[in-house]
Amino acid sequence: MRAYQALLYLCPTAFRNEYGTEMAAVFARRSREASNVLTWLWLWLETLCDVALTAAQAHLDILRQDLRDTFRSIRRTPVFAATVIAVTALGIGATTAAFSIADHVFLRPLPFADSERLVTVWQSFGEYTEMELSPLNYRDWKRMNNVFESMAAYRGLAANLSGDGPPLHVEGVCVTADLLPLLGVKPALGRLFSNDDDREGASKTLILSDTLWRSRFGADPAVLNRKVILDGAPYTVIGVMAPNFFFPRRDVAMWAPMQFAAEEFSDRSDYYINVVAKLDRGVSIGQARAGMRVVAAQLEKQFPRENGNVSASVIGFRDVVSQKSRVLLFALVAASLCLLLIACTNLANLLLARGMVRRKEIAVRTALGAGRERLVRQLLTESLLLAVAGGAIGVFLAVAAAPLLVQLVPSGLPIAETPPLDVRVLAIAVAMTVLTGVGFGTLPALRAARAGVGGLQEGSRSGVGGRRERLRGVLVAGQVACSVALLVSCGLLIRALWRVEATDPGFRPAGVLTLQTALPMPKYDVTSKRTRFYDRVLEGVRTLPGVESAGFISFLPMSKNRGGIWTVAVDGEPRDPAHQDHASIRFATPGFLRTMGIPLLAGRDISDGDTIDTLQVAVVSQSFVRRYWPQVNPLGHHFKLQFQGEERTVVGVAGNVRVRGLERTSEPQVYMPYKQMKDGNTTWYAPKDLAVRAASDPASLLPAIRQIVAAADPEQPISEVQTLSDLVASDVAPRAVQVRVLGGFALLSFLLAALGIHGLLSFMVSTRAPEIGVRIAVGARPSNIMGLVLGEGAVLCGIGIVAGLLMAYAAGQSLRTLLADVNPLDPVTFLAGILLGSLMTLGGSLLPALRAIRVDPIVAIRAE
Amino acid sequence: MDDQPDSAALLPLPPVTFHILLALAEESRHGYAIIQDVAARTRGELKLGAGTLYRSIQRMLEQGLIVETSDRPDPELDDERRRYYRITLFGEQVARAESRRLVELVRLARAGGFVARRA
Repeated sequence: MRAYQALLYLCPTAFRNEYGTEMAAVFARRSREASNVLTWLWLWLETLCDVALTAAQAHLDILRQDLRDTFRSIRRTPVFAATVIAVTALGIGATTAAFSIADHVFLRPLPFADSERLVTVWQSFGEYTEMELSPLNYRDWKRMNNVFESMAAYRGLAANLSGDGPPLHVEGVCVTADLLPLLGVKPALGRLFSNDDDREGASKTLILSDTLWRSRFGADPAVLNRKVILDGAPYTVIGVMAPNFFFPRRDVAMWAPMQFAAEEFSDRSDYYINVVAKLDRGVSIGQARAGMRVVAAQLEKQFPRENGNVSASVIGFRDVVSQKSRVLLFALVAASLCLLLIACTNLANLLLARGMVRRKEIAVRTALGAGRERLVRQLLTESLLLAVAGGAIGVFLAVAAAPLLVQLVPSGLPIAETPPLDVRVLAIAVAMTVLTGVGFGTLPALRAARAGVGGLQEGSRSGVGGRRERLRGVLVAGQVACSVALLVSCGLLIRALWRVEATDPGFRPAGVLTLQTALPMPKYDVTSKRTRFYDRVLEGVRTLPGVESAGFISFLPMSKNRGGIWTVAVDGEPRDPAHQDHASIRFATPGFLRTMGIPLLAGRDISDGDTIDTLQVAVVSQSFVRRYWPQVNPLGHHFKLQFQGEERTVVGVAGNVRVRGLERTSEPQVYMPYKQMKDGNTTWYAPKDLAVRAASDPASLLPAIRQIVAAADPEQPISEVQTLSDLVASDVAPRAVQVRVLGGFALLSFLLAALGIHGLLSFMVSTRAPEIGVRIAVGARPSNIMGLVLGEGAVLCGIGIVAGLLMAYAAGQSLRTLLADVNPLDPVTFLAGILLGSLMTLGGSLLPALRAIRVDPIVAIRAE
Repeated sequence: MDDQPDSAALLPLPPVTFHILLALAEESRHGYAIIQDVAARTRGELKLGAGTLYRSIQRMLEQGLIVETSDRPDPELDDERRRYYRITLFGEQVARAESRRLVELVRLARAGGFVARRA
């Protein structure tokens, strides 16, 4: 019997109270009639179905009734409903967008098998912790370690794809045959590399990315076994990867086998391969790091000259996300939660106010016998329905906003650019919506239901107040606090952005067009052949109307390839290997420095007369001089670069350039003449970036430049076309996007908080109209009445602003890495926060205050 | 119910409702008696569960088809915790209207040759 009574709890309370006893009695009679176990079991089965079905139908009836009531009430007060829906949509939209992107970057497993066991392995060398390996060290590390299940290598392969349409520059990588199986991926078409493909001298094979397959080959499945030409050499396409496969970066569009040549295993200090590995089961990253250091130490002992000071570092795949990206995204999530909180308090306030207005209706229902539970349920249905409508719009907003946020997804992660909208994200949105609906609905519903029949008494309106208004006051103060905290944090980030943008990059970006012509090897192995190409292109470009100057360089500053860093020996002094000096090196044509607007501070620029047969010269940066010859005139001094045997003589000093980006300090720079490269040597440094300074819009020159390049070499593609200003802007893009998004959140929070103040004070004015009427009747002046209302607002907001500033201080501390040396207690920003907080208060209070002084004492008192 | 709806608005009646009205046509009954009467009338074909019964009763009360009554047919046999239900005038009207609808339906079925004509 008890079991049956428990079962009845499935039914709505009202139904259970009304019919529970009777139903139990019927069940008791029937169970007495059950003659044996079988009929008794049958009875239970029937009863279970019967009660479950009845309960479901009864609940559905109530829901239907509540929905009908809700729709009726929405029709009666469309502005209220629209406000609630809009506020919810903003809150849910912001949190869904922020969470989907944070989930995409931090939480979701990377799209590889056992992704939590995947690591990257690097050589570390003093302060440089992430250096590539030499094939020899790779081979030995792979053989000697006992922490990895498998280990594989790759290196860059940027090549020109020709045949089948115009030449195209494609980013790719060469991988060892075991790399793709290590990642646990399968091709969408064809096959992966076999060990035979990876042998030296084997015929070249190629796997395409889905993007390249679609854009270049029209998604033709017959592409398999087709021959394509890469940098003049034939490759056979053997496979196409799935659309969601990215490795090692998003922009990589093809994979070829590594095919190590025997001579690559001759120089242990020739570092150029990247290594990934899969941890053995049960081995942590820390253990792997320790294990690899032991291996590195053994090799150091064995090869003290080449491997002196070389240690190992092991980094989890996901941990390549920089601290800055992390803080950037966490700040976004925190801000969105803040906004959701403000939205919720706003909604709770709106509903509380509405609950007051509906006291009579609720009282009538109570008088008609509606139980408290029933009332709460009705009110919750209403708030949930509005929340669901708002949530749906919010998800739509989040999806629409996703493309604006892609700059916040670090490009170094092997994941898609836009976070997917899937069950996971929807589940978060639904949970958030329900939480919002229940969160902002429960308290007002409980309060409204508690009021009960009291609402029917005459003059009950003026009975409002006391605790209830205090609660609403606390909610409003909370909103103001959150909003001020958001405004100040955003202000700090804006100041940081300004400061970064104001950083002198060391060159003048305006009016310069840049593009890449990466010359294929071995076609351009010989320096004189390259020189002919550069000269023809530069000659053509310089005669174009409006062009002031043009020049080629190995790597533009702030571009994807930031050049190589090499050890230098100054004036032949032997140096302690533990404290080697470094410089960032480039080869350039004459005119490059002028084109970039990099000032020449002393001596001369690289000239056409600097050839392989003349004195080996270099232009160095001011920082180079400060570091190596702080006291003397550097012109005529010598230094040696590790990878080139010969000495270089300094002939000029140029201004410093922030080659690694506006926010990073850069190594000293060395520029060397393009003609002074040995044939077939370090061709990676062959100039590939062209910069053109023009008086007019530089972008309009592109068609003409294309023609000039095509005339110099019809098979030579152009890539990475952008203005230098865009290149600099992309350096601060994640920051700028974050500031824009946070700024949007802060603005919304500002409006919502003002709306909250407005709602509270309007309500106060309408409930206290009789009191205000009496005051006016006994001679209070409009200024007194205004003071009354504004004072009420000012007290609450004062508390809110102070709390907000404290929160902003805490936020500023955790945002420190993003602040680019802006003081987290920046007085200007905090003052602006106080001003905006006051403005918000004034804006929110003005209308209610004006309404208060227009209260007609006679009408107000009569209404009582 | 002040604004009783037109009896036609409730048609066609759910079979359970019609059976309950039939069970209450002769006399007031309590829930279990209704279940028994319906079972007997349908020769055991329709055995109402307690949930189904009381949800129908709840709805029929709201529709004004039946009312709760304090009449106790035979105090000797009665358990006073039980609640008895009686058919209302409106309930009788609706039951009659439903019957007419069913008869009409049978007539149509017969005309269509689905039911054997009476000799």
